[in-house]
Amino acid sequence: MQDLVIPIIYLLSAVFFILGLRQLSHPRTALKGNKTASIGMLLAIIATLLNNQILDFQSIFIAILIGSAIGALLAKKVEMTSMPQLVALFNGFGGAASLLVAAAEFYRGGAFPTFIFFIITLSVLIGSVTFSGSFIAFLKLQGIMRGSPVQFKGQHVFNGLLVVLVILSSLYGILNSSQLSSMFLIIIGASLLLGILFVLPIGGADMPVVISLLNSFSGLAACATGFVIQNDALIISGSLVGASGIILTDIMCKGMNRTIWNVLFAGVGATDTNTDNLQVDPMKSIKSYEPEDTVVIFENAKQVVIVPGYGLAVAQAQHMVHELQKLLEGKGVVVKYAIHPVAGRMPGHMNVLLAEANVPYDSLYDLDQINPEFEETDVTLVIGANDVVNPAARHDTNSPIFGMPILDVDKSQTVFVLKRSMNPGFAGIENELFYKDNTIMIFGDAKDTVSKLVSELK
Amino acid sequence: MSGQLLIEIYVFVLAVFVGFEVISKVPPTLHTPLMSGSNAISGITIVGAILATGSMPGTISATLGMIAIILAMINVVGGFMVTGRMLKMFKK
Repeated sequence: MQDLVIPIIYLLSAVFFILGLRQLSHPRTALKGNKTASIGMLLAIIATLLNNQILDFQSIFIAILIGSAIGALLAKKVEMTSMPQLVALFNGFGGAASLLVAAAEFYRGGAFPTFIFFIITLSVLIGSVTFSGSFIAFLKLQGIMRGSPVQFKGQHVFNGLLVVLVILSSLYGILNSSQLSSMFLIIIGASLLLGILFVLPIGGADMPVVISLLNSFSGLAACATGFVIQNDALIISGSLVGASGIILTDIMCKGMNRTIWNVLFAGVGATDTNTDNLQVDPMKSIKSYEPEDTVVIFENAKQVVIVPGYGLAVAQAQHMVHELQKLLEGKGVVVKYAIHPVAGRMPGHMNVLLAEANVPYDSLYDLDQINPEFEETDVTLVIGANDVVNPAARHDTNSPIFGMPILDVDKSQTVFVLKRSMNPGFAGIENELFYKDNTIMIFGDAKDTVSKLVSELK
Repeated sequence: MSGQLLIEIYVFVLAVFVGFEVISKVPPTLHTPLMSGSNAISGITIVGAILATGSMPGTISATLGMIAIILAMINVVGGFMVTGRMLKMFKK
């Protein structure tokens, strides 16, 4: 009986996951999709508990309670600005869980067929890379570790050697079963190291790509574990997550006009970027205003476009920005937000932040929608964004960001750039925008500056 | 045994295609919720973790399994809850 009932419930849970994901990708049904998917998970857990191989329920329930409590606490406490770290952390936990299940299967003992050990190796590899890679991403996003790329010579060769080591250890373990246990430990160690080295050279602004890729890996890790324990529920759900992660990765890469290989192996900003042949004329100078000086320009504007970037998240300025929007709209000014696909540190980062500050969704515009509008825009307010508004991407073939789709903010009448200092952005390149005739810099903390603007406009 | 593996590979390949088809066009607003929601689904490893914990009491496998349940459950509960939190924000 259980041979029939359990697989059917698993199938049902897979159906719920598929429906849930479909609903999650449409605005109107997204909330429902989240519920649908969680019902799928509940079904999968129930089906597993029905398995008559299970003798020890107590340990299971204790562990489920602990995990649920920690998860609920994290989900409730997290600030929306810290979402990228949290997602990285969850990715890592998923990877670690897959790694541990593969290890548990290995230590179950008894002889297993050769191909099962290969699959265990694969599962350990993906699980470990997901775990340690996500952990490094978490440290970088949380600011515990330097966000800029960390690279050393021969890094890619070394990473390649680690993969070879994993494969050879697996082969050696199969041929000499007395060495299997020690080989298994080497496989785990090498895989964990690989995950660390894979994320270390990737800089802050490439984080949206890495997070999406690790998201995909966490699914593939579950999928590989499914092959190990021969469970279709894991294989199906894991592949779904793997696919959705790849789709997001692809969207992020297109947003930067780069290939995934370029992001993973180029490490923009680490190399001595061509600071010598900067296209900026040294005779040109920047203009800098105090917030008070800008009020008249805002009051006479018909349309204001706000361009948020990672700096907005750092300064936690989203609520103040919404205040500014309401104030301007009260004066009859049209206010729009221009959202670059890779603004922030994870896919959709800016949308989440602005939603937290109750900014209505219909004032948010994508790159394609807003770019034709800049020419008719009186004031563009750039808050903590840098590379995504650098006109060099359009014409300077020497620029590392050449070809990246950017927001054409320089085409508007006046551009205000809110920035902490003149330090170049993540890519380590000067931003031509700052030197344009129609650009005015306002230095200082973004939140302070916007709140000064708000009080002046009142 | 290899027949079983073959079926699993079939399932895998088809599921990947379903994944690509189902999540075709995602608006930018939903990028983060889709990621955290799908992340919660990857906590499906809990199934393997429960089997490891429950079926071999007292072994090292059971201990590893228990840790795996905790981690997977953080992923599942945390992932679905935070996704819900975000989506409710969008609703307003």
